[in-house]
Amino acid sequence: MSVPLLSVRDLTVDFATRDGTVHVLDGVNFELAAGETLGIVGESGSGKSVTAFAIMGILDHAARVLSGDIRFEGRDVRAMYPRERDLWRGKEASIIFQNPRTALNPIRSVGRQIADVVSRHTPGSSSEIRESVLGAMRQVRIPDPERRMSSYPFELSGGLCQRIGIAAALACHPRLLIADEPTTGLDVTTQAVIMDMIRDIARQGNLGTVLITHDLALASEYCDRILVMHAGHVVETAPVKDLFANPRHPYTYGLLNSVPSMVDSVHDLRAIPGSLPDLRRADLPPCRFAERCPRRIPACDAPGLTLKEAGPSHAVACRNPL
Amino acid sequence: MTTSSIITVENLKRHFVLDRGNFLTRRKPVNLHAVDGVTLDIQPGEAVGLVGESGCGKSTLARVLCRLIDSTSGRILFEGRDITDMSASAFAGSQMRSDIQMVFQDPTESLNPLFNVFDLIADPCRRLKPQKNRAALRAKVEAAAVSVNLPLEFLTRFPHQLSGGQKARVGIARAMVVDPRLLVLDEPTAALDVSVQATVLQLLGSLRRDKGVALLFVSHDLNVVRLLCSRIVVMYLGQVVESGPTDHLFHAPQHPYTHALLSAIPTLGSGARRDRIKLDGDPQSPVNPSADKCRFAGRCPLQQELCTRQAPVLSRTGSGREVRCHFPLAEPGAPK
Ligand SMILES: Nc1ncnc2c1ncn2[C@@H]1O[C@H](COP(=O)(O)OP(=O)(O)O)[C@@H](O)[C@H]1O
Ligand SMILES: Nc1ncnc2c1ncn2[C@@H]1O[C@H](COP(=O)(O)OP(=O)(O)O)[C@@H](O)[C@H]1O
Ligand SMILES: [Mg+2]
Ligand SMILES: [Mg+2]
Repeated sequence: MSVPLLSVRDLTVDFATRDGTVHVLDGVNFELAAGETLGIVGESGSGKSVTAFAIMGILDHAARVLSGDIRFEGRDVRAMYPRERDLWRGKEASIIFQNPRTALNPIRSVGRQIADVVSRHTPGSSSEIRESVLGAMRQVRIPDPERRMSSYPFELSGGLCQRIGIAAALACHPRLLIADEPTTGLDVTTQAVIMDMIRDIARQGNLGTVLITHDLALASEYCDRILVMHAGHVVETAPVKDLFANPRHPYTYGLLNSVPSMVDSVHDLRAIPGSLPDLRRADLPPCRFAERCPRRIPACDAPGLTLKEAGPSHAVACRNPL
Repeated sequence: MTTSSIITVENLKRHFVLDRGNFLTRRKPVNLHAVDGVTLDIQPGEAVGLVGESGCGKSTLARVLCRLIDSTSGRILFEGRDITDMSASAFAGSQMRSDIQMVFQDPTESLNPLFNVFDLIADPCRRLKPQKNRAALRAKVEAAAVSVNLPLEFLTRFPHQLSGGQKARVGIARAMVVDPRLLVLDEPTAALDVSVQATVLQLLGSLRRDKGVALLFVSHDLNVVRLLCSRIVVMYLGQVVESGPTDHLFHAPQHPYTHALLSAIPTLGSGARRDRIKLDGDPQSPVNPSADKCRFAGRCPLQQELCTRQAPVLSRTGSGREVRCHFPLAEPGAPK
């Protein structure tokens, strides 16, 4: 049996806040193979970014990882020394953030920011580093990279800033790329260019990619498999085609019916009633969707809900699936 | 344009002066052409979608139409009456102010955090449509809340106690409380999750159907606009590049930019599309744009030599359609 590129087992994360403990992630499980693109979808607040940050080891201080076995090519990432993990991040695994402008340092030229990443992981002479930076910028097709190197983020459009973010993330040729809403806030035409570029680079390098997005249509175009999250639980996972043709979880079904491109009139749209439960509650039910669910049955309130097989590579966490 | 239109604008321009220039030193003035010659009219009860990439001038046009900011030149007619020379403050004091209402993108920023929901909704009514007494005001506010499906117990809450979707509803209720004839909505669902967006879109669809209010729906999401609007206007760098009935525009775009925009929309279940038209490169600058070339030149996949020496004009192409292109795309199946 081959070892997956990334495996996450039973990841549970809390945040300690002034208003109490926020139970953000509860037993998140998934695997990712090299060359595969996994989409993580779900409404805002469902824990997508926290999952990404927990894998990368960049959660803020209020976070407590209560459990979770995170393995990269079989190596236990959480058992790494901080220095080791810092080197792993950027070299072997990289993340692209949602807002390219705030993710970049506003007072450092973009070339230097890429050079910082390169020199941390592959020390070399300044001309070697310069060549790596130019190579990274060419890879993301930044026009006239010699000139752009000395630009500051505010001088570049949102699309160009995101390309710099991608160039920095890919400069050391990682094998895992996590893209957290990489095109949210960009125009659709720019989104298409950036997404095609990420896909092509991932294919060439056989990267494993996690694409986090709230846009189901985008995930359907670029992913092999999708993981649906709701309030810190993985509720369903399946290959893209199967998930859309045959959603089993009522939440997945609800999401699909609220996407404008799926229907022909506003009156055919179906919204999901209610909103995410307050994650500070001590009495969060076993199924965190139960209180919004049109298919709720008494069995839903029993403890011990887990992902169960619902077809080839299709799993669902529901007592009364469609 | 007919006199039955609620609002008509002709060759409307709004330029932002970045530098006035200096006649003596011959320093040229620097103007940002945010809206640069837009002609548009909206019929009673009609829903018009305004789309285009960020920075193309959608919000500026929406604000000029609502008379929140002044235009640089062009004509504005309200129900056939020329109000171009009416100052923004005179407009604010007239009946017309309540006929055209605007709903802003960010519900959090546009709601005063110190007001409860009742006062937020009552505020425009107090200013624009004073009621005889408190009971009449309460009835008006409650009717507006009901029209946006906001349960009445929310009237005593404050903005920070509301979800994004509820705040969006309050924003719409505030506009609806003065019985407008036209709602101008600037990306009202851009900050919302899809399932919440669905409820807001349904609400807008019902308001139009049941109350006959006309909508100008500004969005960068063509799929959303498609569901709500019968006519779409596409802007590029301050100008209208194409407009027409939604179905026609979707099935047979005539401007290469519209085509690129449509092909870039991710669609559920389609798998990555191969026929996607990529617009690499950045748009031209809206600052002192050249009058002698097409504004889409440099990004256009179908560009020809003429495009870089002559700006195309907006011309009719039949069945209520207009396009600004020297070489518009043919209808599928139509002879070239
Ligand atoms: N630093 C933090 N302190 C407290 N709560 C947090 C913090 N970061 C995230 N959360 C909470 O965790 C939940 C999941 O957040 P996030 O992963 O950012 O959601 P998503 O990316 O799916 O929109 C939210 O309820 C959010 O409020
Ligand atoms: N107050 C202002 N001063 C100067 N430039 C402005 C101002 N408001 C908008 N702009 C510019 O006008 C153009 C159109 O902006 P806007 O109408 O907000 O576009 P959109 O809503 O389509 O994103 C942009 O280039 C923007 O930078
Ligand atoms: Mg997030
Ligand atoms: Mg805008």
